[in-house]
Amino acid sequence: MTIVPRGPADRPMSPHLTSGGMFALHWRWHVTMLTSILHRVTGGALYAAGLIVAAWAVALVSGPEAYGSFMSLLGSPLGKLVMFGMSVSVFYHLGNGVRHLIWDAGHGLDLKSANASAYAVFGFTIAATLAVWAIAFMAGVV
Amino acid sequence: MSFRTPLSTARGLGSAKHGVGHWISERVAAVALVPLVLWAVYSCILLAGVDYYGAVAWIGNPVNATLIILTIAIGFFHMQGGVRVIIEDYIYGHLTKAAALMANVFICGLAGSLAIFSILKVALGGA
Repeated sequence: MTIVPRGPADRPMSPHLTSGGMFALHWRWHVTMLTSILHRVTGGALYAAGLIVAAWAVALVSGPEAYGSFMSLLGSPLGKLVMFGMSVSVFYHLGNGVRHLIWDAGHGLDLKSANASAYAVFGFTIAATLAVWAIAFMAGVV
Repeated sequence: MSFRTPLSTARGLGSAKHGVGHWISERVAAVALVPLVLWAVYSCILLAGVDYYGAVAWIGNPVNATLIILTIAIGFFHMQGGVRVIIEDYIYGHLTKAAALMANVFICGLAGSLAIFSILKVALGGA
C-alpha cells in the first residue's frame, strides 16, 4: 500500500534538528551525510595544520633555540595527540577529496557507489594513519 | 510599455560568468595537493628525526625547498577556498560574512607569505 500525502506534514522534509522534537531527524541518518560533514570538520582541522606548518617555518628561521622549543612542543604528549589528529584529518580529507574529484568527473554518483566509496575512504583513512605511525615508530622518531 | 525597473533587469542577467574558471582552479589545486601532501607527510617523519641543523640542510636542498613552497602556496590557496565556502554557507549577516571572508583571506595570505619567506631565507643561507 502506498502512502498518499494529504497535507504539508506528510511531505518529505529537509533534515533539520529541532522541529518534531530535539534531534528528531526527518531523514534517515546516512553514511554519505557523515562523509560530507567529516570533510568539512577535517578541512577545518587542517586549517590549524597549515598554521602549524607556518609556525614551524618561522621557528626554523628564528634559529636553533626557537626551533628546539617548537619541536619539543610538537613532541610533547599534547603535541603528539595533535599530530595524530592531523594525520587522521590529512588522510581522511585526501581520500574523500579524491572521491569528490571522481564525482566531479561524473563517476560514482549513484547511491550504491557513493555508499561503497564512503566505506573505502574510512578504510583508507584507518590504514594510512596506522601505516604512517608504524613507520614513524620503526624510524624511532615518535 | 515595461514596468521592470533597471535593477530587476540587472538581477535577471544571472551569474557574473566567472564561476567556471573559479571552479576549475579549485580542482587543479586539489589535484596538485594529492602528491604534494603525501610528500609532506613523508617529510614530516623525516624532519621529526633530525635537529635544527638537519632541518636547515634539508631546506637547503632545492627540490625540498621548491616542493615545500609549492605545498604551502597551493595549500593555503585551497584552505582559503574551503573555509570561504563554509563561511558562505553558515554565516548569514552581511557585515559578519564580509568580515569573516576578509579575515580568512588575510590569515591565509599572511601565514602563507610568512612561511614562504622564512623558508626562502633559510634555503638561501640567511639563517
